[in-house]
Amino acid sequence: MDTFAQLVILTLAAGTPLVFAALGELVTEKSGVLNLGVEGMMLVGAVVGFMVAAKSGSPWLGILAGTFAGAAVSMIFAVIALSLLANQVATGLALSIFGVGLSAFIGLDYVSVVIDGIKPLAIRGLSDLPVVGQLLFGHSPLVYLSFVLFAAVRLFLERTRAGLVLRAVGESPHSAHAIGYPVIAIRYAAVFFGGACAGLAGAYLSVAYTPLWVEGMVAGRGWIALALVVFATWKPWRVVAGAYLFGGVTLAQFQVQAMGSSIPAQYLSMLPYVATIVVLAIISRDAVTIRLNAPASLGKPFHPAA
Amino acid sequence: MMMIRLEARPEPSRLFRWASPLIAAAATVAIGFVLFPAMGRNPIDAFHAFFVKPVDSLYGLGELLLKASPLMLIATGLAAGYRANVWNIGAEGQLTMGAIAGGGLALALHDVESALVLPAMLVAGAIGGLAWAAIPAWLRTRFNANEILTSLMLVYVATLVLSLLVHDAWRDPEGFNFPQSKMFNESALLPNLLEGTRLNVGFIVALAVVAAGWLFMQKSYAGYQMRVAGLAPAAANYAGISSPRTVWLGMLIGGACAGLAGVGEIAGPIGQLLPSVSPGYGFAAIIVAFVGRLNPIGIVFASVLMSLLYLGGESAQLNLALPSAVTGLFQGTLLFFLLAADVFIHYRLRRARRIAKAAVA
Repeated sequence: MDTFAQLVILTLAAGTPLVFAALGELVTEKSGVLNLGVEGMMLVGAVVGFMVAAKSGSPWLGILAGTFAGAAVSMIFAVIALSLLANQVATGLALSIFGVGLSAFIGLDYVSVVIDGIKPLAIRGLSDLPVVGQLLFGHSPLVYLSFVLFAAVRLFLERTRAGLVLRAVGESPHSAHAIGYPVIAIRYAAVFFGGACAGLAGAYLSVAYTPLWVEGMVAGRGWIALALVVFATWKPWRVVAGAYLFGGVTLAQFQVQAMGSSIPAQYLSMLPYVATIVVLAIISRDAVTIRLNAPASLGKPFHPAA
Repeated sequence: MMMIRLEARPEPSRLFRWASPLIAAAATVAIGFVLFPAMGRNPIDAFHAFFVKPVDSLYGLGELLLKASPLMLIATGLAAGYRANVWNIGAEGQLTMGAIAGGGLALALHDVESALVLPAMLVAGAIGGLAWAAIPAWLRTRFNANEILTSLMLVYVATLVLSLLVHDAWRDPEGFNFPQSKMFNESALLPNLLEGTRLNVGFIVALAVVAAGWLFMQKSYAGYQMRVAGLAPAAANYAGISSPRTVWLGMLIGGACAGLAGVGEIAGPIGQLLPSVSPGYGFAAIIVAFVGRLNPIGIVFASVLMSLLYLGGESAQLNLALPSAVTGLFQGTLLFFLLAADVFIHYRLRRARRIAKAAVA
């Protein structure tokens, strides 16, 4: 396989968890809810996905379980932040702290367990084609799923009535409520979807990408996903572009090491975090664009009587 | 249809403001009574091992206050920012940078026997933490970048910087290749406070900072401006309270306190630089700040409670063979319950029908 195809495949593989998590958070935020618990939901998705895959022997069952686990813990956030009107920033932080603790706690016995991961697609004939074979047909099936998710989110938000309602709830919940839309129920659904996507992202990491379970293995990707939504000024295609950019940055660290460079590993490990900070600063500098694109009610609790 | 509604209270309830942390603590303990039997442990034994055994001796009480010190220190600093709506969640990184600055000085002055080494380390640590917090403050005020995300990203960077140093430049040449620095000289260690315990002078420093934090927030003009900026940003703007200054103050105070806590760890119980200098105190302190109602006295009590969760986790590991990660689980649960119980500060429960009647009348 030529190096270019190899590089593309690795970049997509590294960016995919960010695509899942950031698209989910994008939908949540479009409904006006800021859920900072992505890191925690991803960890819970990762550990549950891995445990189920190890117990059942089926990685796909693991992916499914991880997805549901992410959605399940997101509902804790929803009850406290949406029904009980708590501060969304604090509740999201709580979810991240809780997810770190919960995943470390339940995953302890699985730390050195080995499982069968999910193999990349291999379609006889197609994947063996010269040049384009691997490029088009050589990815993990979950990478294709992330393409589908992107298309679905984009269509939903921009081309469907339901997507319009969701955006209306995020822009002006009181108007949406006045016309008769169930604001809180819609926000619950958006948080659930965001949780499921984060859980899927985590399960992808533990079941397909690595595949193993290590405490704290999400390593800040949940926070990077949150930053990506801001970078992308809440536009799905920019979320995906940003995710692959960061996938590439994460990858650089392994590439440079593989080339036998003497740069200490720590410098390269810092790259994704430093890049996040730099890009966030560059994008946020244009305060007007951020304000115009951010859902107007983002982070504000909604109480019909208020 | 929903039978129960939340109705806004005309005035926030003072009762619930202070009852809510107690409800949250009780509910967290109740979760323990469900969790421990589920893991095949007798709940009474587990309760004893978790909450009583760690503190049934003088040594244990010393440990309780030893671990509470960094928590109250950091939480006091964070509370100053949170009151002004400045969301510094990177205290763990600022703590690490404080440890690097203070520890670096201790290593540089390894052969110096002077009573000034320790104070100099404390100052260096505070400056290290402050400098690390200055980055998100600058990015927020200059580039409008969200300080939640930047301060958190810097936690990972700080941890990697520390790892780099203890693996390479600052590694103890006689340390059998372990990633750790030399043990600090006696003059770089915080003096012991109470014989038979590990409690050190850092506890006094922490209490002094908490008191200073209270004076600053309640009695100083700058503290007043920060509280106004947090409660009513628009009003603060009209009154000419500078929002960048509020951000700077909020971040820097939090950073300095966290940096100080970092020195307290390496000059206290640890005594050298290791790849990890804190079991997540910077994150736990966020919970302490909220449970303590962003109020210094509340924070002191909350830090003792949080310290007990840490000790309980260690004790549960030793005595019940439970993973110490249970501490993290309880920390998150505590904050969840607190936020949930807080709804009753501003709202009360009403049956839906009564509201309908009132509307008709």
